[in-house]
Amino acid sequence: MSSKTENRVSHPWRDAALPLLTGGFMLAALIMIFFVVPNEKVQGVTQRIFYFHVHLAWMAFGGFGFVAIASAWYLKTGSPRADQLALANAEVGLLFTTLVLVTGAIWARPIWGVWWTWDPRLTMSVVLWAVYAAYIMLRRLGRGDEMITRYAAVLGIVGVLNIPILVLAIRLWRGVHPAVVISEDPEAGLKDPTMIWTLVIAGVAMALLFTWLVSLRARFAAIDDELETLHLEGESR
Amino acid sequence: MNGLDFLGYAYSAVWIAFFVYLITLGRKASRLEEEIRELKK
Amino acid sequence: MWQILRKDLRIEWRTGEILSSMLLLSLLIILVFAFTLEPSRLRGPEFLGGLLWATLLFSGTLALNRSFLLERESGAWSALALAPIEPGSIYLGKLLANLVVLLAGAGVLLPLMVLLLGTRGLQPDALLPVSLILGMVGFAAIGTLFSAMASGTRAREVLMPLLTFPFLAPLLIAASRTTTAGLTGEPLEAVQSWLMLLGAFDLVFVVAGWLFFDYVLED
Repeated sequence: MSSKTENRVSHPWRDAALPLLTGGFMLAALIMIFFVVPNEKVQGVTQRIFYFHVHLAWMAFGGFGFVAIASAWYLKTGSPRADQLALANAEVGLLFTTLVLVTGAIWARPIWGVWWTWDPRLTMSVVLWAVYAAYIMLRRLGRGDEMITRYAAVLGIVGVLNIPILVLAIRLWRGVHPAVVISEDPEAGLKDPTMIWTLVIAGVAMALLFTWLVSLRARFAAIDDELETLHLEGESR
Repeated sequence: MNGLDFLGYAYSAVWIAFFVYLITLGRKASRLEEEIRELKK
Repeated sequence: MWQILRKDLRIEWRTGEILSSMLLLSLLIILVFAFTLEPSRLRGPEFLGGLLWATLLFSGTLALNRSFLLERESGAWSALALAPIEPGSIYLGKLLANLVVLLAGAGVLLPLMVLLLGTRGLQPDALLPVSLILGMVGFAAIGTLFSAMASGTRAREVLMPLLTFPFLAPLLIAASRTTTAGLTGEPLEAVQSWLMLLGAFDLVFVVAGWLFFDYVLED
């Protein structure tokens, strides 16, 4: 085994830049959303959740794609890092999907009057949540079976294949539901440029948060894997 | 201080707390990674 | 592929345990539906399609769960992995065997349900068997793949439904609609989009299962 010449391996991007940027952007987003941006004309105060909710949804869906990509990479190369990334993306994706559902409900109650409807997007989010959960349960319940990471990878890819079909099915089922009522009022919607800025900053903040969380989770997954290998090596001596 | 401002301060405080927590996690990960490197030698 | 199919069918023919437990469970589920929901309210054919698929989902998952159990427990799993047969063929063989069982179950269950829950307004047409077959192919495709994966774990009985149900969401929606239409005599054209959706679902997942079975079977 080759020995490293340096004592510490440094990761300036991962350890310093990412956390700082995330912290900064999140704080900026919070300030924009709560103190700076004006109320939207039609929906009023509640609409502010939207700035987070929309990006949470994007990242939740994106996470799915990342799980699939990492899974495919794992199946092709067997790289443990790929497997760890798949797991990390799945768990953070599940978290974000949960937040999407919660923020969605909080937004819906004042606007639509109900906590929940079987509208296409919400139904989609619930099924997405279930598929994420299935992936994670497979890994948890399958602990000990050495093939489990393989199976999980297959699941990850098959899950993504299901998405377009799911979208079609739900659309057919429920009709394309406009998520926001289209208003004739020229001042309604995202008219103020501050709103656009808030949206962008919140978007960057969410993407950074997702990345940071995945990076942390993946590191711990790698640590678990390393410990397990060392443990096994120790036993076989 | 109206409701919105209050929420703003509250959520900012929550974020800062969470941020600190995540930093601690990162430090813990680095420590564990270092330990593993040592064990492997 | 044909060998696997024949072998599985022969085992099933002799013991009949998968099919009989599936049917028994289906009957019990119908009873549960009858007790929990007012049967008089469920008289119309609109409910029949949905109830049929809901019942078949639960009992069918049980049947699918068993499909690899024999191999796992007897150690034949490794033999399959090492054998010079293409994994894809193994998958297809298993798929067809499961399909036969599932369709048999559906075939017995449907008249039973009609009997128990009311026959008013029924005009079955060709759409009915078409919808059942299309739906079952998709069900079997996903179920066979996931059963192979779950059967290796300790918690396989709970894992199977956990994995399959979310994936079957589009199938359930489409199959219920088309089966209900098949029961009420609607023409094929009325549910065209649903049928195409089912077809797409079946195609995607049979091919996916066939392609990915390599990775599932390797030892």
